[in-house]
Amino acid sequence: MAGATYDGNLLAGPLAEVFAAEVTVAHARCAGCGRDSVVAELAVYGPDPGLVARCPGCSDVLLRLVRTPDATWLDLRGTAALRLPT
Amino acid sequence: MSIVTRGFRGRREGADDRLPPGQYLTHDFPVLSAGPTPVVSRDEWTFTVRSEGGERRTWSWAELTALPVEEVTVDIHCVTRWSRLDTVWRGVSLDALLEDVESAADFALVHSHGGYTTNLPLEDLLDGQAWIAFEHDGDDLSPEHGGPARLLVPHLYFWKSAKWVSGIDLLVQDEPGFWEQLGYHDYGDPWREQRYQGD
Amino acid sequence: MLVERHPETAAASTLVLRVADWPGHLAGQHVDVRLTAEDGYQAVRSYSLAAPADGDQVEVTVQRTDGGEVSPFLADDLADGDAVEVRGPLGGWFVWRPETPGPVLLVAAGSGVVPLMAMVRARAGASRAPFRLVHSVRTPDDRIYGAELRRRVAEDAGLDVTWIYTRKAPDEDRRGTGRLQPEDLAAHGWPPDFEPTCYVCGPTGFVEAAAAMLLAAGHDPDRVRTERFGG
Ligand SMILES: Cc1cc2nc3c(=O)[nH]c(=O)nc-3n(C[C@H](O)[C@H](O)[C@H](O)COP(=O)(O)OP(=O)(O)OC[C@H]3O[C@@H](n4cnc5c(N)ncnc54)[C@H](O)[C@@H]3O)c2cc1C
Ligand SMILES: [Zn+2]
Repeated sequence: MAGATYDGNLLAGPLAEVFAAEVTVAHARCAGCGRDSVVAELAVYGPDPGLVARCPGCSDVLLRLVRTPDATWLDLRGTAALRLPT
Repeated sequence: MSIVTRGFRGRREGADDRLPPGQYLTHDFPVLSAGPTPVVSRDEWTFTVRSEGGERRTWSWAELTALPVEEVTVDIHCVTRWSRLDTVWRGVSLDALLEDVESAADFALVHSHGGYTTNLPLEDLLDGQAWIAFEHDGDDLSPEHGGPARLLVPHLYFWKSAKWVSGIDLLVQDEPGFWEQLGYHDYGDPWREQRYQGD
Repeated sequence: MLVERHPETAAASTLVLRVADWPGHLAGQHVDVRLTAEDGYQAVRSYSLAAPADGDQVEVTVQRTDGGEVSPFLADDLADGDAVEVRGPLGGWFVWRPETPGPVLLVAAGSGVVPLMAMVRARAGASRAPFRLVHSVRTPDDRIYGAELRRRVAEDAGLDVTWIYTRKAPDEDRRGTGRLQPEDLAAHGWPPDFEPTCYVCGPTGFVEAAAAMLLAAGHDPDRVRTERFGG
């Protein structure tokens, strides 16, 4: 998507600190427009001040992640559902 | 525990007493963005202040620039650790905009085109501390740096200086903005190194 | 810990790192490298794994970005025996498995060739899937893995490699210079009805442009995988 610096492949490391599964291969449904995207294909801005992953369709925020010295903050409000292949 | 890598220093220069703790000096102007750069023309640009009672006051570009325009030279400090000294801006003081807005609010939530928000105490927007800036170093503010106009609050970390500013809500209760919701400090004073919550 | 380094081009170096308990990895995966300064300052960057693992030794190839914080340090200064923190293997989308049948089209610019080289190397001896690599570089001197790729074209049956030169081409190259065009992919890629899996990697602007060309040529979006290095 035009404007983003990275894509969701960049989220693999930060998300591996939080989840046991490889989340970049999961499908995420945008709470804004309903589009289904593989997490690796989200439009990612950052990494500073935080990672912001947006829908390639409507550019709504699906995921935000900030690492502070003593915590990881993760916001998934914009993700209606996350489907992980098993 | 982290392992120290011998010889690694990062992109940092020697200290300067005009630099807050943990900051380094940069001479270029890094662009950080959390989303696509909104395209807003001056013709369609408006700035709206909404008071806690729901009253609205809106300025068009022509109305904004008809107010007294000030030129200020300030240092800016980004929470990602770069600082720039003696940056020159032209814009309209928030004092001039908030002058005739009736309000007893203590807090402000700043809104931008594209959905970005940031919060700060209303008093930090007053008394010559904050501007709606539309020129930088002699040029019209470029879209990647927040043009047509951005908020400029140089005494706080630069994430408070919202790009593409579209309005301010005056609030009785503090409401955290885009980064303040996600671990960043509510106030963000660079001299007290208030980067993250709890700092 | 860095155990060995060798230059690939004037701007890129391959680093061999020893990582305790390395579990092995897939071609296309990357690691996050974290550097910590004496005063606690930290920086993290991602680097693709360039080759199949050799026990607990992994390879990355870092191309220096002028003015960058981490890549000049890694490409030039990190010395044998120096320690860095490595997290990985990471990522599961931009990967190729030797057991996957079907042709593969690899399209890269600059250091974007690194994860694609991992695929080329993983293929050797393990798969006969036809591979075509189109690599956009500024000048002939910027061909990362150039010598090895030329050798592999001769030795690895079913591998084709084409270089696209943006600034300066070798005298014998009839294409001349210029950015990647749809005609380059038509001439040196696979037609969409071969249903290749396409992997596109490099600076973000290049990836957007090349992926758009593949989609416009009729490749199924589900078979075009991208990885953006930033910039
Ligand atoms: C999944 C993935 C895999 C990757 N694999 C590889 C790989 O195999 N090989 C490889 O070489 N790269 C790879 N990259 C890219 C790599 O992660 C780095 O982005 C790259 O090495 C540049 O890092 P840097 O610290 O040198 O540059 P940065 O410091 O990040 O700067 C990048 C650019 O921005 C400018 N800049 C940024 N901030 C400032 C500032 N504050 N002041 C001044 N200038 C600034 C710099 O001048 C420079 O041009 C990969 C990226 C991803 C996401
Ligand atoms: Zn959407």
